[in-house]
Amino acid sequence: MLENRKGIAVTPVSISRNKALKMQRIVPWIFLAPGLIVIFVFVALPAVSGMLLSFFKYDGIKPPSFFGLKNYAFLLEDTILLKSLLVTLYYVAGTIVPTVALSLFIALLLNKAWFPLKNTVRAIYFLPTIVAMVAVAFVWKWLFNPQFGPVNEWLVSLGFKKLQFLGDPTLAMPIMIIIGIWRAIGFNMVVYLAGLQGIDRSYYEAAEIDGANSFQKFLYVTWPLLRPTTFFIVTLGVIGGFQIFDQIYIMTGGGPARATYAIVFYIYQKAFKELVFGYASALSMVLFLIILTFTLFQYKYMGRRTDY
Amino acid sequence: MSFFSGSVIRTGMRTVIVAVILFGAFTMLVPFLWMVATSLKTDQKVFTIPVTWIPDPIVWKNYLKAWEVADFDRYLFNSAFVTTSVVAISLLFNSMAGYAFAKFEFKWREPLFLLLLSTMMIPGQVTMIPVYLILKKLGFLGTYYGLILPGLASAFGIFIMRQFLQAIPKDLMEAARIDGAGEFKIFFQIVIPLCKPAISALGIFTFVGSWNDFLFPLLVVDNDSLKTLPLAIASLAAGQYVQSWPILMAAASFVTIPVIFVFFLGQRYIIEGITMTGLKG
Repeated sequence: MLENRKGIAVTPVSISRNKALKMQRIVPWIFLAPGLIVIFVFVALPAVSGMLLSFFKYDGIKPPSFFGLKNYAFLLEDTILLKSLLVTLYYVAGTIVPTVALSLFIALLLNKAWFPLKNTVRAIYFLPTIVAMVAVAFVWKWLFNPQFGPVNEWLVSLGFKKLQFLGDPTLAMPIMIIIGIWRAIGFNMVVYLAGLQGIDRSYYEAAEIDGANSFQKFLYVTWPLLRPTTFFIVTLGVIGGFQIFDQIYIMTGGGPARATYAIVFYIYQKAFKELVFGYASALSMVLFLIILTFTLFQYKYMGRRTDY
Repeated sequence: MSFFSGSVIRTGMRTVIVAVILFGAFTMLVPFLWMVATSLKTDQKVFTIPVTWIPDPIVWKNYLKAWEVADFDRYLFNSAFVTTSVVAISLLFNSMAGYAFAKFEFKWREPLFLLLLSTMMIPGQVTMIPVYLILKKLGFLGTYYGLILPGLASAFGIFIMRQFLQAIPKDLMEAARIDGAGEFKIFFQIVIPLCKPAISALGIFTFVGSWNDFLFPLLVVDNDSLKTLPLAIASLAAGQYVQSWPILMAAASFVTIPVIFVFFLGQRYIIEGITMTGLKG
């Protein structure tokens, strides 16, 4: 006890105050400990050891052997990696623009005060976002079944030829994109609705005084004021898009001809099918760098959001 | 134009808008309708041309059969057990840590919080290999521990709880402290009840995420008796138990229905939660 060492008389009061002070210092750590330990063991530690592992050769059985930069040298020559990055980029680019356009369009229409059954309609749009991808992936696969699926039947009834869909390298990824859009609209619509609610009515009133029509109001008031929301949606969409896995695992297995061989699927194959953990970790670092870039971009932007 | 009064034009516009939105909503529902329609068909009727949307006869027994072809009691229990544990314990751990960050002064608080925030930038797909190796080292592969432990806290959850608690004045907690209440009593009897909206939103997000999770259980589970519902569906589709689209669709609805149920119960909190993270975050 401090007071004791300094030679100050120790009264019962100062002992209990001292104890209380000490307790006060420990309390936050007691509250922090469980959560921080979990995050340390299952997020921070793996992040660091994953980075280290990318410099090793490891098959999960023999002890890891130092590999220097060889894994990274392989990355540069890996044509499958290039292919899978292009495939993933195709998916991300293909989903983002239609998702933003459609969810904004629906949010604008649903935002009208007179709209009937607003909550029910919003719930229906939101449904695809929350159900297990695994379950709906089968349903989509069956919808796009070349022989017995309804989509081909609609095509035939409209006078088109039957398509091979998931069996066709040029169509497999567009189907993944359709599913991605279907799944993302509801969530983003809710984000846009929140954004729209945040716009001060006085902007519209001012625009009306200036004689703006609905389209001009959208172009000069709504769209610019929604920019932070759009930015949030695009960034989250890009980050989420790079993580696509479930529907590929279920529907195409990366095929046909690697047309849907997205990056997470490639990492999964390398690590858990071929047991090349070191190289797979180097691949993870590539994914990490891409996602990190977009996240930092978002953080930086979020800091500036108060501009409006 | 002069034939129509303004209100007629307005009603016409509104009808068009409602029609467009309802058509879109119907499109969203097509996969669900197809799932239900297929799940009620006979095995033969699945392969008919033209495609039928209203099954005839309606085979309710498919749901019973789906339950019987594989050990669905077990998978449902696994999913429910893992999800409940993850939701309950992570809510506790996250709100505890969020409370500490929001309401206590302590050394290294700011750097620690920044460090925590920075872990949010690391998606699970990036760390899945080391997490798998760590679980293997701990002997937790193929156990409930392996499925549950990594989900027991999240930087995102702590962040949300901290943001929410920061907006709540300290007075109530200080008053209780002066009255001599212990720290845990303050936490459970004052802080937790105040956090109900944030806990509800976070709880629903965690539930949906854990219930639907596929990739992580795929790595951890190595035996049939530990499979969660999404894994069971995947094995079912790979033809492990039976080759039948109706049964597969019936099984798929086992995974979907609880989430839809929770969603309708907690829709308000989900919407509030998204608004909270999306805009105030």
